Amino acid sequence: MTAPTPKLDLSPKVSDEVRKTTCYMCACRCGINVHMKDGKVAYIEGNRDHPVNRGVLCAKGSAGIMQVNAPSRLRAPLKRVGPRGSGEFEEISWDEALQIATDWLKPIRDTAPEKLAFFTGRDQSQSFTSFWAQGFGTPNYAAHGGFCSVNMAAAGIYTMGGAFWEFGQPDWDLTKLFVLFGVAEDHDSNPIKMGIGKVKGRGDKVIGVNPIRTGYNAVADDWYGITPGTDGLLILALVHCLLKAGRIDLTYLARFTNASCLVNEDPNSPQNGLLLRDEEGIPQVIDRRTGKLAAWDGAGVEPDLSATHTVGDITHRPVFHHIAERYLADDYAPEAVAERTGISAQRIRALAAEIARTAFDEEIVLDREWTDFRGVTHKTMVGRPVSFHAMRGISAHSNGFQTCRSLHLLQILLGAVETPGGMRFKPPYPKPATAHPKPHCKVTPGQPLDGPHLGFVHGPEDLCIDENGTPKRIDKAFSWENPMSSHGLMHMVISNAHAGDPYKIDTLFMYMANMSWNSSMNTSGTMKMLTDTDENGDYVIPRIIYSDAYSSEMVAYADLVLPDTTYLERHDCISLLDRPICEADAVADAIRWPVIEPDRDVRGFQSVLCDLGARLGLPGFVNEDGSQKYQDYADYITNHIRRPGIGPLAGWRTGEDGLSDGRGTANPDQLQAYIDNGGFWMAHVPDEAAFYKPFNRAYQDWAVQMGFYDSPQPYIFQLYVEPMRRFQLAAEGEGRVQPPDHLRGRIIATMDPLPVWYPPFEDGHVDPEEYDVHALTQRPMAMYHSWGTQNAWLRQIHGRNPLYVPTKIWKEKGFRPGDWARVTSAHGEITVPVMEMQALNDNTVWTWNAIGKRKGAWALQNDAPEATKGFLLNHLIHELLPPKGDGLRWANSDPITGQAAWFDLRVKIERAAAPAEAQPAYPPIQSPVGQGPANLAWKVGEKS
Amino acid sequence: MTELPASTERKLGLVIDLDTCVGCHACVVSCKGWNTENYGAPLSDQDAYGSNPSGTFLNRVHSYEIKPDQGVAKLVHFPKSCLHCEDAPCVTVCPTGASYKRSEDGIVLVNEDACIGCGLCAWACPYGARELDATEGVMKKCTLCVDRIYNENLPEEDRQPACVRTCPAGARHFGDLGDPNSEVSQLVEKRGGFDLMPEQGTRPVNKYLPPRPKDVEPEIDILAPYLEPVADDTKGWLGWLDKTLSALPGGDR
Repeated sequence: MTAPTPKLDLSPKVSDEVRKTTCYMCACRCGINVHMKDGKVAYIEGNRDHPVNRGVLCAKGSAGIMQVNAPSRLRAPLKRVGPRGSGEFEEISWDEALQIATDWLKPIRDTAPEKLAFFTGRDQSQSFTSFWAQGFGTPNYAAHGGFCSVNMAAAGIYTMGGAFWEFGQPDWDLTKLFVLFGVAEDHDSNPIKMGIGKVKGRGDKVIGVNPIRTGYNAVADDWYGITPGTDGLLILALVHCLLKAGRIDLTYLARFTNASCLVNEDPNSPQNGLLLRDEEGIPQVIDRRTGKLAAWDGAGVEPDLSATHTVGDITHRPVFHHIAERYLADDYAPEAVAERTGISAQRIRALAAEIARTAFDEEIVLDREWTDFRGVTHKTMVGRPVSFHAMRGISAHSNGFQTCRSLHLLQILLGAVETPGGMRFKPPYPKPATAHPKPHCKVTPGQPLDGPHLGFVHGPEDLCIDENGTPKRIDKAFSWENPMSSHGLMHMVISNAHAGDPYKIDTLFMYMANMSWNSSMNTSGTMKMLTDTDENGDYVIPRIIYSDAYSSEMVAYADLVLPDTTYLERHDCISLLDRPICEADAVADAIRWPVIEPDRDVRGFQSVLCDLGARLGLPGFVNEDGSQKYQDYADYITNHIRRPGIGPLAGWRTGEDGLSDGRGTANPDQLQAYIDNGGFWMAHVPDEAAFYKPFNRAYQDWAVQMGFYDSPQPYIFQLYVEPMRRFQLAAEGEGRVQPPDHLRGRIIATMDPLPVWYPPFEDGHVDPEEYDVHALTQRPMAMYHSWGTQNAWLRQIHGRNPLYVPTKIWKEKGFRPGDWARVTSAHGEITVPVMEMQALNDNTVWTWNAIGKRKGAWALQNDAPEATKGFLLNHLIHELLPPKGDGLRWANSDPITGQAAWFDLRVKIERAAAPAEAQPAYPPIQSPVGQGPANLAWKVGEKS
Repeated sequence: MTELPASTERKLGLVIDLDTCVGCHACVVSCKGWNTENYGAPLSDQDAYGSNPSGTFLNRVHSYEIKPDQGVAKLVHFPKSCLHCEDAPCVTVCPTGASYKRSEDGIVLVNEDACIGCGLCAWACPYGARELDATEGVMKKCTLCVDRIYNENLPEEDRQPACVRTCPAGARHFGDLGDPNSEVSQLVEKRGGFDLMPEQGTRPVNKYLPPRPKDVEPEIDILAPYLEPVADDTKGWLGWLDKTLSALPGGDR
C-alpha cells in the first residue's frame, strides 16, 4: 500500500531570537548561538563568525541546554548544619551568607591576611579574582594551573614567550607535518579537531605520540605508543639525529635565539654558566661583521653561532657549543633510548627523518617583506612546515618542565616557531618571562599585597621565602621545593593547611574546584583532612567557603556555599589580561552575558566578590566614600581600569576620536557593543606582522598600539634559560640566598639551563619491578572533568569507565570479559572493572578521567553506574611521594614548577573477585538539591 | 506493506570520512538537540539520572578496534545513522505506510501520525538505525534534517543537517549522491567511498570514506639520507659548523 505522503512544513520557525555568547562546557571558549523560544533556551549551535570554533561545536557545547536544565543546580546559599562532609545544609538568604563571609574574613584581613587561602580552580576570570585577592592582602591565591599544565605554560614562556593552546597554535593552513604529543583532548578542543581535519583534508601527515590510541591518535597516520614519562627522551633523541645530520636552521638560530650568547666556562667563577654581559647587563654575542663583542640586539648585528671569546683568562663559549656537546652525545642516540621509550631505534630515526625531510625539503617561502628588531629588512618569510602540539600528557610528570623545554628546543632548532607552517603565537603572546611580573608575597595586615601573586622568577632573590628559607605561601609556590611555580600549587593547599606546614590557616575559600573528589590527588586522604578535628574537637581547617553552580562532591565539605549561576545566566569576560581567545592572525576577547535570567536564588560568583569586596573595604572595590564601587561583574568589566587606557575588554573602548581598539577609557555601552557583535571582539594582525612576532618591528609596534605592552619588547628565544642556572649556582653554594642542603643535589640535577631528561621521581621512590605498570587517565572529548555527568545526554555517552588493559597484560593475568581487577600503587588500592584494549602501550593501563562519582553528588541516583562502577585513579596517587626515611615531605610534583605529577603513577594489577561496587566505596552524601527526574521529554516553546 | 518510489529525483545523503572522524560525538549531541526541538516527537530519555539511562538518539558513534595480523592495532570511530537506502527494507515492511521514502530527494522518513510503534521497521533495518521512542511510542530515525535543509528561516549556509554543520573535524559531508558531479559524489569517487554491508542489497545512499593506510613502514632507503651525519664526532661537527657558517651570506667576512 502507499499512504498519502504527509505534508511537511519544511521551513518551521527555528527560534524567536538568537543570542550569541561564549560556551563554558569546557575550557575551550567557543562562540555559541543560543536559540531562544518563549524566553527559554531551545537549541545551541556554534557561531560561524567566532574565531575559535568557526561555527562547529563539540558534544559538550551542544549539550549545554541540559546543563541549564540539570537538577544538580544549587538553588540558594547554603549553611552547613550537619558534620562537614555529610551534605546536611539549610538554605539561607544572600544577606545572611554575605554577612557570615564578612564576619569570617574581616578579622583575618585586619590581623593576618595570609590566614585566607583563596584558590579558584577552573576559573576564567583570574585577572579579576587575583585582583580581589591582592586587595585582600593574602599571598595565598592561585587557580588550577598547578595541577593542570603549568609545566607547559612556564616552559613555553621561559623558553620562547608562550606555549601551546592559549599562547600558540600550529599554522594549520600551511603546516605539512603535525606531531601531537600526549593527551590534548580539551586544550584546545574544537580548534585541534578542525586543524587535524584541515591537515588530513589536504593529504598532509598527522603523527601521534601517546601511550593510548584513541581520538586524535586514532586518526593519526603514524602512532608512537610511547612509555609514559619518556617523551623528553624521545624528543632529545630526535634532536640528536637532527643535529648530527646538520638538519637545523643555523640562520634562524643565530639571529633569533640565544644560541649565540656566550657562557662563562670558568668553574671557579661566581658567574660560571651565566651569560657574558656588558656593563649595562646586556647579554653579548660576537658580531660576525667585526668579530667583536656586541649587544645581542645591536643595530645590524650578525650574531656568530660558533665564535668563542676570552675575557681576562675566562673562556666564554656560545650556547650553541653546549647544545652540540650535550645532544650529540651517544646518551641520546636512538639505540640508547629505544628500550626506555618503548620505541625502536628504527622508528625514532624514521620520525627524525620525516621531520628533517618536511622541514627542509618542503620549505615554505612567503614573498612578504619584514624588518627585524636589529633594523635588518628581509625580503621573504621562510617557513619549516613542521608543527607540534602538546599539553598535559607530557607536562603532568615530575620531569614535565624539562620535557616541555625539550619540545621547544626541537621546534626552535628546526626554525619552526613563528615561521610559516610551524607554530604561531596568538596575541597578546608572545611575551617573554621578563615582560611578566615577578611573584609578590609581602603581607601587611589591613593592606593589599605588594603586587600580583603569580609571576616569573629570574633567580633566588625572587623567591617567596623568608630569611630562614621558609615558604611564605601556603602552597609553597616559589620556594626552593619548586622555584618556578608560576601558577601556584592548588593540589598542595589542603594538605599543607592540614599539616600546618608552613603555617596554619583560618579560612579556605575555593571556587569551581572539586577538591574532595576528582581534582585532588589522594581523594580519601583529602576528605579526611577536610573533616579532621583537633584536640578541642574543632576542624583543623577551621572554615571553608565554596562557590559552585552545581551539587558537586566539594559542596558537602563547605561550611558556607555561595551558589554560582550557569554560564548562560551570567556576565564574564575572557580578557586579554587573562587567558584570551585569540588566534594567530587576530587578537580577540569575548564576553558571556545572561541570555537567560536565573530562575533561582543564585548569583554569579564574580558579582558576589564585588559585593563581598565592598563589605570588606578592599581597595579597588570601594569608592572614596566607602560605598560599593562595582554593583556587579558587568559594572567591573565595563569600568575597571587596570592601567591607563587598559581595561578588562579591549574592544569598543572610548578613544580620543570615538571608539577605539585596545586602548581607551571606559565605554558605558561596551557590553552592548560586544552583544551586537556576537559576543566577541577581534582585530587582525597586519600581514607584515603575521610571523616572526618576537623579532618583527611591525608586530612589536602593533602590540604597543593595541596595549599588550607599553613599549616594544623584542627578544630572542632562550634555548639556554639562564635563570635556571642561577638556581643551580645557588645550590652549588654561590650567592646570598641559599637552598636547604637536602635540596641542593636535586636542584643541580633538575634545574639544568639546557633541556635534560631524568626518570619520573616515582620510579626512584617505588620499586619499578613490583609496580611494573604505568597508569594514566584521559579526558573524553564529550566530557569536561566532573561536569558532564550531571548532563543527561552526555552521561549516556560516557557513563562508565572501565580500566583499559593492554592485551599483553590481559593475557598474562588471565583476564576475561566482565572481570574486575585489584590495582595497587605504593599509596592505595582500588578494585575496578576492566576491559581489554589492543591499541595501547604494552605496560600501560588507563581510564577516562572523572567519570566516577560519589553517591549523593550531582543529583544522580545512588545506583547510578558512575557511583557504583565508576572510579577514580586519584585514590592511587598521593600528593606526597612515599617517605624515604629522611623525615621530609617530598611533593609528588615537578621540582621546578611544582606541577602535580599525575602521570608518574606506577601500579600493579591482578584479577579480583567482582565486588558489589567499585572499591573504595563511600557512604552517600546527602544531596542539597534532591535527585533528578526519571524521564525527560520536552519541547521548549510547546506546553509540556 | 509500503511501496518505495521507483526512483527519486535526487539522492540526498551523507558522506562520512572514517579517516578523519575522531569519535568526539559532536554530531550525536547536535542531532539530539535539533531533533528534540524539531521534527515530530522529542527524543526522550528514560532513567535520565539513574542506574540505566537510555534515551533516543538518531545518530550514534561506535568505536571498533582492529588488530591486523602484523603491525599496530588501530581504532576506527564509526558514526552510524539511517543510510536512506534506495531499497529500504524498513519502508517495505511498514504495515501502515508510516515509513516512506520521499520521491523528490530520497529521504526516508516516518510519519509519526501513522506510526503504530510496532517496531517491524527496526527489525528489518540491517543497520540498527531506528529507535523506538519509549515515551512517545513512535519510531524515530534520521530525517537528514529535512526541516533544516530546505528551511527558509535559516541562512543559506546553515541549510544542512545539524550533524554536518557541527562536525569539528569536517568528517561529515552532505549533498546529492545522485548527481555524479556533486561535491559529495566527487569525494566518493576520489577517496573510494563504499556502501555499508552491500550484501544486504539495500543500496544505501550514504557512503563511507575508508581510513587511509596507517603506520606504513617507511622506506629506509629513501629516508636514510636525511640523517646522514655531517661528522663523526663533536669536534668534527664543530668544524662542519664553522665551515657551514662561513658559507652563509656574509660568512666570508
